[in-house]
Amino acid sequence: MNPFLLITYVLSATSFLCLIRIVRGPTHFDRLIGLNLMVFNITAIIAAQAVQFKRYVYLDVALVYAILGFVSVIAISKYLTGRELHK
Amino acid sequence: MIFAAYFFFGCGIFFMIFGVLGILRFPDLYTRLHPAGKAGTAGILSIFIGLILYSGFSPLSLRIILIALFIVITSPVASHAIARGAIESGIEPWGLKKK
Repeated sequence: MNPFLLITYVLSATSFLCLIRIVRGPTHFDRLIGLNLMVFNITAIIAAQAVQFKRYVYLDVALVYAILGFVSVIAISKYLTGRELHK
Repeated sequence: MIFAAYFFFGCGIFFMIFGVLGILRFPDLYTRLHPAGKAGTAGILSIFIGLILYSGFSPLSLRIILIALFIVITSPVASHAIARGAIESGIEPWGLKKK
């Protein structure tokens, strides 16, 4: 079996499970944990597809996606710090 | 070289599956941060090492190394920011709630 196809299937399934945690999370920080891991999953999927089809422009897309995910997670956690929204 | 790449792909898939299982099954936010950090660094880093070994030594694998370095630097920072925000907004840990 093609290993890149296996990586794509497994990481798609794990990002779907992270989406379950985003929907069901009791607090907003649980949703942030799921979002952080889902961004990493999708970055790995994009990099695997770029190496499989030899479209190396997609590696830039993966880098920009990782940077945007990191900045968004830091911004949302700084926005939620000190606010008691979970009660 | 190809079999080493397959070994690292298997390691990455293993870490990702059990990390996400821990995120779904653990009881608290602070315990969920532990498998999230492990899956975010170890799993993704081993998948990227496998991609580097598969594509060989080229300027294109240098770009994959750049993405892997970025993820290794920023994943603990994100986990620390989430934990600090949760502490400062008053979420209690799981074991202390039963007293």
